[in-house]
Amino acid sequence: MSCILETQGLCKAFGAVTAAKDVNVRIRPGEVVGVIGSNGAGKTTFINMVTGYLKPSSGQVLFNGQSIIGRTPRAITRLGMARSFQVAQLFPQLSVMDNLLIAVAAAQNPFPSLLAPMRTAARVALADAMLAQFDIARWRDTQVTAVPQGVRKLIDIAMALIGEPQMLLLDEPTSGVSAEEKTALMDTVMRVVAERRVTVLFVEHDMDVVRRYVSRILAFYSGEVLADGVPEQVLANPRVQEFVTGSQKVHQRVAL
Amino acid sequence: MRLNRTELILLGVALLLAAGGLIAPQWLVFLLTMALAKSMVVQGVVMQMRAGLVTFGQGLYFCVGGYAVGMSGHFLDISDLALLLVIGVGAAVLLAMLLGLLMTRYREIFFAMLSLAFSMILYGVLVKSSALGSTDGFNVKAWSLFGWSPAQGQAPLALFIIIVGVCAVLAVLLHRYSRSSAGMMCEAIRENEVRVEYLGQSPRWVLYMNYVAAAAVSALGGGFMALSAGHIDPEMAYWITSGEFVFIALLGGTAHVAAPFIAAIVFAVVRTYAIELVPHSWQMILGFTLLAIIVFLPKGLWSLFTGQARRAKA
Amino acid sequence: MSLFAVLIDGTIYASWLFLVAAGLTVIYGVMRILNMAHGSFYAIGAYTAASLVGWYFNNGIGPVWAGYLLMLGCALVAGLIVGLIIERGLLRFMYGRDEVLMVIITYALLLVLEDSMKMVWGVNPYFAYQPYAEMGRSALAGLKVSNYDLMLVGVSVVLGLCLWLWLERTHQGKVLRAVIHDREVAMAMGVNVRRMFTLVFVLGTMLGTLAGALTAPAISVVPGMGVEIIVLAFAVVVVGGMGSIEGAAVGALLVGLSRAAAVHYAPEFELFVIYGVMALVLAVRPQGLFGRVLARKI
Repeated sequence: MSCILETQGLCKAFGAVTAAKDVNVRIRPGEVVGVIGSNGAGKTTFINMVTGYLKPSSGQVLFNGQSIIGRTPRAITRLGMARSFQVAQLFPQLSVMDNLLIAVAAAQNPFPSLLAPMRTAARVALADAMLAQFDIARWRDTQVTAVPQGVRKLIDIAMALIGEPQMLLLDEPTSGVSAEEKTALMDTVMRVVAERRVTVLFVEHDMDVVRRYVSRILAFYSGEVLADGVPEQVLANPRVQEFVTGSQKVHQRVAL
Repeated sequence: MRLNRTELILLGVALLLAAGGLIAPQWLVFLLTMALAKSMVVQGVVMQMRAGLVTFGQGLYFCVGGYAVGMSGHFLDISDLALLLVIGVGAAVLLAMLLGLLMTRYREIFFAMLSLAFSMILYGVLVKSSALGSTDGFNVKAWSLFGWSPAQGQAPLALFIIIVGVCAVLAVLLHRYSRSSAGMMCEAIRENEVRVEYLGQSPRWVLYMNYVAAAAVSALGGGFMALSAGHIDPEMAYWITSGEFVFIALLGGTAHVAAPFIAAIVFAVVRTYAIELVPHSWQMILGFTLLAIIVFLPKGLWSLFTGQARRAKA
Repeated sequence: MSLFAVLIDGTIYASWLFLVAAGLTVIYGVMRILNMAHGSFYAIGAYTAASLVGWYFNNGIGPVWAGYLLMLGCALVAGLIVGLIIERGLLRFMYGRDEVLMVIITYALLLVLEDSMKMVWGVNPYFAYQPYAEMGRSALAGLKVSNYDLMLVGVSVVLGLCLWLWLERTHQGKVLRAVIHDREVAMAMGVNVRRMFTLVFVLGTMLGTLAGALTAPAISVVPGMGVEIIVLAFAVVVVGGMGSIEGAAVGALLVGLSRAAAVHYAPEFELFVIYGVMALVLAVRPQGLFGRVLARKI
């Protein structure tokens, strides 16, 4: 089965620090993959390289068989890979609707028109549909600065999705969101993602969130992929437990 | 092309203004013409402010427009108003297309200082150029339009009506631009440039188009100023002149396309009286007013800068 | 022969530029404020010195050496007072705002100060040529050079070294550099950033007035002189890298020598050359020759 995203021997060094070492990953269309690892393990570096924010020191990244090394984030987005951000990257002074409209207009035309209005009935309908899917329609005309954190994260993801990407990378979608809201947020996101049939890769620290939604886990440690497989397998892996989830240590302490 | 309510109001006001010119005293017509010419330059400044860039060198294109008009009349014997303005705008567009390649690489302080540097380069060149009259500049010849020459004493009124008409068209176009995808993309860039990139747009391309368009609009103002004042000099490119445009832009705010027009007129009227009453305190008044605007003026000014401040701190 | 003249002229001009630019770059480096009113401080220093020194010498009040002290002293006092009023009275309410907004605020300050000077000193020029003339001239490789100009070179070198030493070698300088690098962290470490800002701003102001006072004897002090030099000072600071003393020195030399060359060989290009150098440096190295690139965190 063909891969939507494939990395081959991906490496990244910042001077003496190796942030990524020989990362080989193959993601098939429709998968929901969780990326876990402690801080500094190389997860964000991996995402940044794949989305074009960082240039790898060596290795290859293929999106639908096409090499995307050296391409700008802009070009990669237009190829069909979108991302969301750990800290929601929105347009603060504009309304939620305007934020989405800009995302739609941006996706529809690489060279924006100089006179034709951005706010057309068709685009508004698309934005309204997205707002409804995410269940945040009541914030439609509110300025983003007045919108709560959880909703901001949803807008961030909505803006990435409205361009109808084939693949979506989520960078810690539940970070900054309170524990009670995490499940609700991820339920919403994963429902929309499933409805739109988008391949998803998300970086996450919360193991409960990971276990609930993914069909596959990539565990990072010290710049390398420690384990890659179905959740039951990866989470039971003793090395993963030692370096990532730490569940083994907890059990030891309890035993005492 | 259907016009919406705002545009209809703009055109209506323009019509009233033109009609008012028929009965207004000569000095007022003259003052308003120059104010409207300056307001076009301010529109150029505002276009860039909406994209989050403050230019301290818009005088460059103001001067290019003015000198292109003056020199075409002087050296090429062209007197047709429309042709002169086309030349002025064309020259500015060519220069902006060149400089824009460099300018769009920078933001904030460096953009401001680089724009200042380029306008001062032109100033330096003109001041040292004896062929162009050095610091004195030179006079601009009388204009005609498609063969028709205004009679003695009629020229100021004729020019006033023409400039009001041009401003009306400009207002409608800028109103559309501000609500177009490109215009909104400028605002998005101001708010969060990185996100714009990740939405598949090129911020540099958008800013480049914006920069060139702003230069064209400003040069139009410079051309009209040359024709109205009948005189051009290097002062047009001096950084204090550019500072004045920034002041008027801040006075009016960036929220509405009519603001620079109104602010420029208010500025011109206040200045006329202030210079007469307190010639040696005029700058001080300007300074205090500017500080007051910055401290007390709501939204219009904040939205310009809070987006950037947040980016700079991140 | 001409090359040597360019070198001498350029160095003298460069030392003057450095004196003017030093205060500007220090203020920006620590407070991230590009102070457009710096030219006005320069002018205030020049006016203060010219009026007091002019009065002193014209009325033969005392010995010549005391006149020099008066010149320096009054400039420092003027700088102290003006700096304190502006920092405590206006700027401290504006910290944390966007950099470009700060430029506009200082531009407003410049407008206010320009007219204030006209109110205090009037519009007629002031002359205080005595300190300049008293020092006489020397012959330097066949060229007549004013000793006052040579003294200026010396003063700027000494001043530059003192500033650099203070920043690099003293404890206070280290704390200052910590503030430059990360204001928030420095505050979290217990540094009184507010007091530091006042100190630095007043220092920068005093450097500005000092430069003005030192220049006054060589020129006629007229309204608008502050406005003229601020763009020059900008060019130097931007070329050298904002916040860097070494940068200001190198920038001053670069601009000073280029300008001297232009004046000697192609006088029409004098202003063009200064801003041309600035535009060129910015195009190649936007942060200036010694400037630091601030990384953007995403």
